[in-house]
Amino acid sequence: MSDDANLFAQQQANRRRSTWLTLGFILFFAWVGFGGDLAFWLLTADAPPDAYHHVVPFIGILSVLSAAAICWYSWRHGAERVLWATGAWELIEPGTPEQKQLMNVVEEMAIASGLPKPRVWIVPDADPNAFATGRDAATASVAVTEGLLATLSRDELQAVIAHEMAHVRNLDVRLMTLLAGMIGAIALLSDGMGRMIGRGGRLGGRAGALRAGGRRGGGKGNPLGVVILVLWLLTLVIAPVISRLLAMAVSRKREYLADATGAQLTRNPMALASALEKLAGATAATESITQGAAHLCIVDPSPGLMSSREGFLADFVASHPPIRQRIVRLQGMAYQQAKRETAGAGSPQ
Amino acid sequence: MGTIVLLAVIAGIVLWMVGAYNGLISLKNQVVNGWKQIDVQLKRRHDLIPNLVNTVKGAMDFERSTLDAVISARNRAIGATGVQQTAKAEGELTQALGRLFALTEAYPDLKATNNVAQLQEELTSTENKIGFARQLYNDVATQYNTRQMQFPTNLVAGLAKASPAELWEIEDAGERAVPTVDLSPNKRGA
Repeated sequence: MSDDANLFAQQQANRRRSTWLTLGFILFFAWVGFGGDLAFWLLTADAPPDAYHHVVPFIGILSVLSAAAICWYSWRHGAERVLWATGAWELIEPGTPEQKQLMNVVEEMAIASGLPKPRVWIVPDADPNAFATGRDAATASVAVTEGLLATLSRDELQAVIAHEMAHVRNLDVRLMTLLAGMIGAIALLSDGMGRMIGRGGRLGGRAGALRAGGRRGGGKGNPLGVVILVLWLLTLVIAPVISRLLAMAVSRKREYLADATGAQLTRNPMALASALEKLAGATAATESITQGAAHLCIVDPSPGLMSSREGFLADFVASHPPIRQRIVRLQGMAYQQAKRETAGAGSPQ
Repeated sequence: MGTIVLLAVIAGIVLWMVGAYNGLISLKNQVVNGWKQIDVQLKRRHDLIPNLVNTVKGAMDFERSTLDAVISARNRAIGATGVQQTAKAEGELTQALGRLFALTEAYPDLKATNNVAQLQEELTSTENKIGFARQLYNDVATQYNTRQMQFPTNLVAGLAKASPAELWEIEDAGERAVPTVDLSPNKRGA
């Protein structure tokens, strides 16, 4: 029962976080939009009557609308986009023994976790990795790379799938998939705005007029306009970094929990430990998984960077806890389990 | 005034009874459903075994006794009724199958046949599914049993025709672990 209560609390927390994330995202776009409007308005306030006056905050309205659209899209189609971006294909009719085994293992873990069977995808990549995505258990997808199928034994594969099913059951997938969509959108926005402003400055367009306005005025409102403009530009520059750091922080906490829940499902913590060992040993990067979806994976797709290190900086930047620590925790669980079993041999589990 | 209080108390008791009754019925259905899930996998397992035996028969003819043991254990398992009997028969079947799988190790050409490997994978998976479905069933059944014995739910237990559900007990420690029969071709380098 306490497991159920814990699970419920986890799901509630993830629902709440998803809502806050969406709100934060829309607020960020509102700042980008209306902040820009404010700067323009302040800077064009002193312009001559025949020149352009920025009165209607259409940048703000537009960007809030598009933020809402992006949220809606991430909610509806985020999982498809993530899968599409990795080039994954859906496994429906297993052909090879490996594929059949994957299908079987997924069915087993669906029974163990008491969830409907998720859709199964294969990512054509030689580096072993896996991730889960979707809104909830009914729309969930589990994807593994070809490399994972080739390197892991049956028990290890089962452990990895159990880890992914734990993410599905805790509703981690919802938060993570939303985040993936938003990271993509922010990166695109930052890129696009940067390019637009750059070009505007060169061609002496609106930004040029702005600068002229700033120079000419020097009055009360304008320094504020400049400050806001600088802040505004700064937000655009650091937003992609911040959003990625947020994703990493969100993901890191969840990995230990999914490890533990997964080990509970299979009752075999050592299998996950040895799977992680193998995944850690594969030093190549998972090339088909881009930065925007890194936080979804069971191990960091670009290894060697941070996930193998420990310490403050690594804690801050890495999307995953150090694999060593995860393995040590799983070994601890295995030890506890062995102790229980020898103590209570003969009693029903 | 007194009548209103009395009526409110009676209404409260009736409401509670309805809730407790419905809760018991829903748990009972979950137990039945949990058993059905096990049953589906057991059927699948029983269907797979003749295929396996037929496939390996030619190559392993002089292991007749092992094959016969598997067949008879399967037939006993099909005939078993009730949770206890089924659990016992299926446990024996698992052991007989384990011996057969151990023997196939001695026949590399048999293992190389894709068909045998596939059947083994299917049987391993089915056994795992039985194991996990059993876990789920035992959890729900325990919850149901506890609920109908606890005060005050036990007062409506008779009304809901609730009786303790049998748990699927595992006899020996060897069977307690998820079977590690793994001869599948999906090993590193294969």
